Amino acid sequence: MKNDRGDIELAGVCKSFDGATYVVDGVNLKIADGAYCCFIGPSGCGKTTILRMIAGHEDPTAGEIVIGGQNVVGLAPVQRRTAMMFQSYALFPHLTVRENIAFALRVRGMSKTDRLRAADAMIEKVRLSQFADRLPAQLSGGQQQRVALARAAITEPRVLLLDEPLSALDEQLRVQMRQELRRMQRELGITFIHVTHTQLEAIALADLVVVMEQGKIKQAGPARDVYAHPHDRYVAEFMGGQNVLSGRVEKVNGASFTLAQAAPDGIEVPLQARPTVSVGDKVDIAVRRDDVALVRPGKDLPPGCTTSLPSRVLAIEYQGYFVKVMLDTVPDDEFVAYVPEKTFFADPFTVGDVVMATWATGSALPLA
Amino acid sequence: MSAVLADMPDAVAPATTKAIAPSKGGRPWTFYVLAALFTFYVLALYGPMFCIYVLSFQDIRGGLVFPMKGQSLHWFVDLFTQVRTGDVKGSFDRSIKLAVIVTGITVVVSFLAGLGFRKRFRGDTVVFYMMIGSLVAPGLVLGLGTGLLFQALGLNASWYTSALGAQLSWTLPFGVLVMFAVMSRFNHVWEEAAYDLGASRWQSIRLVMIPVLAPGLVAVALFGFTLSYDEFARSLQTAGSLNTLPLEIWSMTLNVTSPSLYALGTVTTIVSFIVIGASLGTIVLIQKKRGSRSKG
Repeated sequence: MKNDRGDIELAGVCKSFDGATYVVDGVNLKIADGAYCCFIGPSGCGKTTILRMIAGHEDPTAGEIVIGGQNVVGLAPVQRRTAMMFQSYALFPHLTVRENIAFALRVRGMSKTDRLRAADAMIEKVRLSQFADRLPAQLSGGQQQRVALARAAITEPRVLLLDEPLSALDEQLRVQMRQELRRMQRELGITFIHVTHTQLEAIALADLVVVMEQGKIKQAGPARDVYAHPHDRYVAEFMGGQNVLSGRVEKVNGASFTLAQAAPDGIEVPLQARPTVSVGDKVDIAVRRDDVALVRPGKDLPPGCTTSLPSRVLAIEYQGYFVKVMLDTVPDDEFVAYVPEKTFFADPFTVGDVVMATWATGSALPLA
Repeated sequence: MSAVLADMPDAVAPATTKAIAPSKGGRPWTFYVLAALFTFYVLALYGPMFCIYVLSFQDIRGGLVFPMKGQSLHWFVDLFTQVRTGDVKGSFDRSIKLAVIVTGITVVVSFLAGLGFRKRFRGDTVVFYMMIGSLVAPGLVLGLGTGLLFQALGLNASWYTSALGAQLSWTLPFGVLVMFAVMSRFNHVWEEAAYDLGASRWQSIRLVMIPVLAPGLVAVALFGFTLSYDEFARSLQTAGSLNTLPLEIWSMTLNVTSPSLYALGTVTTIVSFIVIGASLGTIVLIQKKRGSRSKG
């Protein structure tokens, strides 16, 4: 209780359950004190295992987990001063909301009046006062989540670990509880680590987004970085919002290179992040879906656009503030343009129309 | 097919009745067939016992068969006073005590087995099948073997040693099976949550597992008690010189020729019902207590 720092460092953390395959394979990561960190990846990528290792429910096969400057491997959750919020909340069915929240204080031997007073203060904080005497089964999903949060937070942990906290809720509630999680994190001022497979959730909440695949970290950084500047094809596709194209480098000229593709003149890509490109390399590039403009054939391209790919409209989905237009621009790969609603309906396309897909040259991003 | 069509008053008109369940009117004929079958089943189940109960309330002229001769509690008094009817009170006493001991051991061991089988371990299936094997083994043979073993070891067979062991070989597998069913509905994340919140192993068992599993534990206890209370085959060769109640009843059927035998049947049934009622009452009470606390 002397050390209240909740910064976390994972150093070479590995986990294998059977000794042969690694669920978590050499993860290195630093999470700042008081950060909201989201681990994101498909199921089975090891994100929950990392969470459970930080929580103390699983021991790493190799590597160190350092919280607040102290290696916590082998310590019980209480000694680590972490608390976990389980995926299905794991509220004790035989205890009321108040007793559930007071449980951690009860096992620490706090007197009944003291612990119930502390629980009531916490109940106030999560706005559940009128439900204090209910059983978990008599609460809605959102209320159960708040109880779980309060139960985990009452021990004043340095780190709160949340295992897919929003997956049990319906869409509308999810957005609402997302806000609540962020509010609680600010109020408590502690490190939150949140595991999810929904990229929207991750970028909406996190200071630090960690994208994982098969036990390895693919990219870690601020939400905007990960979304707008994915390192590689996997991150770009997983985070969404990007069109990924691949091709061979045709020529390299100064600050840009040209990718051979279906386009008559190839695709011009600025060099920025990838200085080491030579002719003949196979390269993936990403173009944000909302950067793609659609122009009818024969019309002038918008300023700054040098590439235009002839495409046919495959499908159109109205999404409210934008229209999702699916195109057959690249064989075998999805190519989608998010056209602002007003732009689209000024000159609407129909399925089967031939259009030119184009984007400002500077917005194309070469991937690793 | 044609018959179906012929039955329809107007094939063209939109359907006014549902295909399977008629919307108005009575139940389908199958309901009455099944109801009759069920009534017969209940009669066959309880009829024989009712004969015993009814005949136990005859007066002093009563015999072992219908028709009923008078009505009185004569045979109940006779049961507990006459020496020639055997040691009913003593055997009843022993049976209750034995059942209580068996219940205690069964609940504790079944609960521990439930805890042990939460995770798979090396040889768990072997342990499980060996346990089930004792359910399949013929009780009489098992009892005989236990008796022989005690004799060979130079121990005296008695109701609280050899008979206790023989009965446990019967109640434990049952208790463990019930416990498995109960445990399968226990979410192990609750244990993990308790650990996460700082509970020791013992605290997690005492504050989370036992309260959540309480109704199931009562069910195990009920099994243990009733199985022991009327256990016959395994006790026969192991009870030693002093009889348990089922053994006493059996020996009475051989030499008592009065309705006091039936009176004994009535009394033991009442005891059984009290035990079952108390168990179910406890389960209801546990659940009610949880319900009432929640209304704040």
